[in-house]
Amino acid sequence: MTQFLQTLFDGVTVGCLYALIALGYTMVYGILKFINFAHSDVFALGVWLSITIASWLGIGATGQPTPAWYMGLLVLMGAMVICGLVGFTIERVAYKPLRKAPRLNVLITAIGVSLLLQNLGQQKFTFGPYPKSFPTLMESSSLFSVSGVQVRLSDVAVIGTAVVLMAALQYLIYHTKLGSAMRAVSFNTRNASLMGINVDRVISFTFIVGTMLAAAAGFLYGLKYEGQAKQTADSMWVMLGLKAFVAAVVGGIGNVRGAVLGGLLIGLIEFFGVAYLSSQYRDAYVFAILILVLLLKPEGVLGKATVEKV
Amino acid sequence: MGAMRLIARTASVLMIGFGLAGLSGCEQKSGTGTGTGTGAAAPAGNATKAPSETASSGGTKAPGGSEAPKTDSAAAAPAAEGSADDIVIGHYASITGSEATFGISTDQGIQMAVAERNKAGGVKGRQIRLITHDNQGKPQETQTVVTRLIEGDKVVAVLGEVASSRSLAGAPICQRKGIPMITPSSTNEDVTAVGDMISRVCFIDPFQGLVGAKFCAETMKFKKGAALYNRAQAYSSGLKTVFVDSFKKLGGEVVAEEAFSDGDNDFSAQLTAIRVKNPEFIYVPGYYTEVVNIARQARKLGITCPLVGGDGWDSEELKNAGDALNNCYFSNHYSHEDTRPEVQEFVKKYQDQYKKVPDGLAALGYDAARLLFDAMERSPSLGGKDLAGAINSTKNFAGVTGNITIDANRNPTKDAVILEIVNGALKYKATIKP
Repeated sequence: MTQFLQTLFDGVTVGCLYALIALGYTMVYGILKFINFAHSDVFALGVWLSITIASWLGIGATGQPTPAWYMGLLVLMGAMVICGLVGFTIERVAYKPLRKAPRLNVLITAIGVSLLLQNLGQQKFTFGPYPKSFPTLMESSSLFSVSGVQVRLSDVAVIGTAVVLMAALQYLIYHTKLGSAMRAVSFNTRNASLMGINVDRVISFTFIVGTMLAAAAGFLYGLKYEGQAKQTADSMWVMLGLKAFVAAVVGGIGNVRGAVLGGLLIGLIEFFGVAYLSSQYRDAYVFAILILVLLLKPEGVLGKATVEKV
Repeated sequence: MGAMRLIARTASVLMIGFGLAGLSGCEQKSGTGTGTGTGAAAPAGNATKAPSETASSGGTKAPGGSEAPKTDSAAAAPAAEGSADDIVIGHYASITGSEATFGISTDQGIQMAVAERNKAGGVKGRQIRLITHDNQGKPQETQTVVTRLIEGDKVVAVLGEVASSRSLAGAPICQRKGIPMITPSSTNEDVTAVGDMISRVCFIDPFQGLVGAKFCAETMKFKKGAALYNRAQAYSSGLKTVFVDSFKKLGGEVVAEEAFSDGDNDFSAQLTAIRVKNPEFIYVPGYYTEVVNIARQARKLGITCPLVGGDGWDSEELKNAGDALNNCYFSNHYSHEDTRPEVQEFVKKYQDQYKKVPDGLAALGYDAARLLFDAMERSPSLGGKDLAGAINSTKNFAGVTGNITIDANRNPTKDAVILEIVNGALKYKATIKP
């Protein structure tokens, strides 16, 4: 029972991280109908920016006293703002000129951007080619423990922040003017522009929101794992991004609620698979789910099937 | 067919392909993979000074605050350029990446040996020039740089790697091209099995696993253990298998065997599964970066038992674990506290030059290079066959890490030590003989 509850709790925590990253994939897909391969690298950038900003603020690694709670918020805001700017720039420089080009061109450009970010991120003048320690932003001891289940403050913060951000996104999309503009563009770009919506601005805004969520996920990742963050070109970031992408597809790509559901689903499947089946096939569980969903319900759990008119 | 369905499918296939490509390490170079030239034609005194000079002239800031070896030949001092008469040897190592201190320490050990030898007149009256290439800790990149050492730099012998999976990537190339390769610290049994060109100066995992098992079962009197290993690394999975078998033979019980992979950073599911079995220790044959993260996550989950590991833990970066690795143990090739004069002399020289305590990898790099020079001196020529023959017939070579006699399988038989981590420092705990 202890193992079940602990696995459930950890799975939900990691699922929240997947969900935050998946939101970026799904929002960009919803509007531009292409997969932003560089998204996992923006996430890695979020992790590394958090490390850098924290060290600017003088938050030390191991041994230093735990900083005040608002310092963490400051780091989070800083990382989100810088990542948002990076996302804006990427869209303007790399994707906007290809707005009318075939989708494959944009896809390949995205791979290029991804490699650029990976390798720029581990230069001497950026974050360096070595793993670095994530500074301790929060007391790492457990908050409370129910029949052996360790509930850490950092995990509660991860879930809490993720829920707040997702609620804010929900509000933004369904209860604001900008949100209706986003939905309109996602529904039909040309009609939206005929209705007087500035499509380019909406797309830029979507990119900014998506990358900011990835940055937040990066910060929360650091908060949860502390330990050593690997250099930006390490395969672990691609793998994390890949799982978040699977989450977006499983939930129904283009569907914001689907991304959240998919993230939680993937997190739980991964954790229960490792804990109860075998830790040998961790990644296989995730991709097996992807294959199953693509076979049985290709539009995703919450996605709507669209009929292509010929 | 729905458009969404088609696109989702195409995109998934593409993305997975892309991810796998990333995993197998075919990203392009980051621009740090050029050679190091340690002075040879330079006056002897200059050659000894070369590493510290290049380091202070803006070398990469290595983890742990020490200076990494300079890996940019363009920026190397002109005095360090070699002449045509030099004997060129190659070293491929992870100078950057998750196991960067492995490559950096080994390279520093080798550079020390080269400088000393050159000061003493070189080999066969010729100076030695070392060329180091960075493989970024990736097997794919390893094949590129080893080929480059052999084809481009025309080295007569190759030293390298620490991680067994990367030695296993480099060894077949050396074997095929007939260039002798000595691995300073790859312990996986399969590395030297590649062929007669490949040898090593460290003990092998069937012994190391037994050492760990003996220590746990006999010294610590543990009865119930668990193992957590990296299934993607030949070193980790090989060592785990030997350890588990040996520990069972010695009467112990292994209650859980959990695996992780290279890209994983979350070990909580595995650790939770281990925790419910309540072992007295967890055997973690991994590399230091992952060990740090495993230890921290284990403590967060309330696991208090000691972790036990192998020589892959040996890095100053282990300090990042803070208290999480206090009173944990790992098997290693040597202890800097060893009172043998060879060890103390080496430790002192290394500390003078690099301002830190040498780890086992530096000692093995130093030994591998010196053993190579010794073999070169004995070899009738520097051709691959002759040189490999000379290396393989090495008997009773007095190294820092013990006496080295290369056996028929091109592996030496040596003692292992167990080190304990006490408040961040490595304390000698026991020696275990073969």
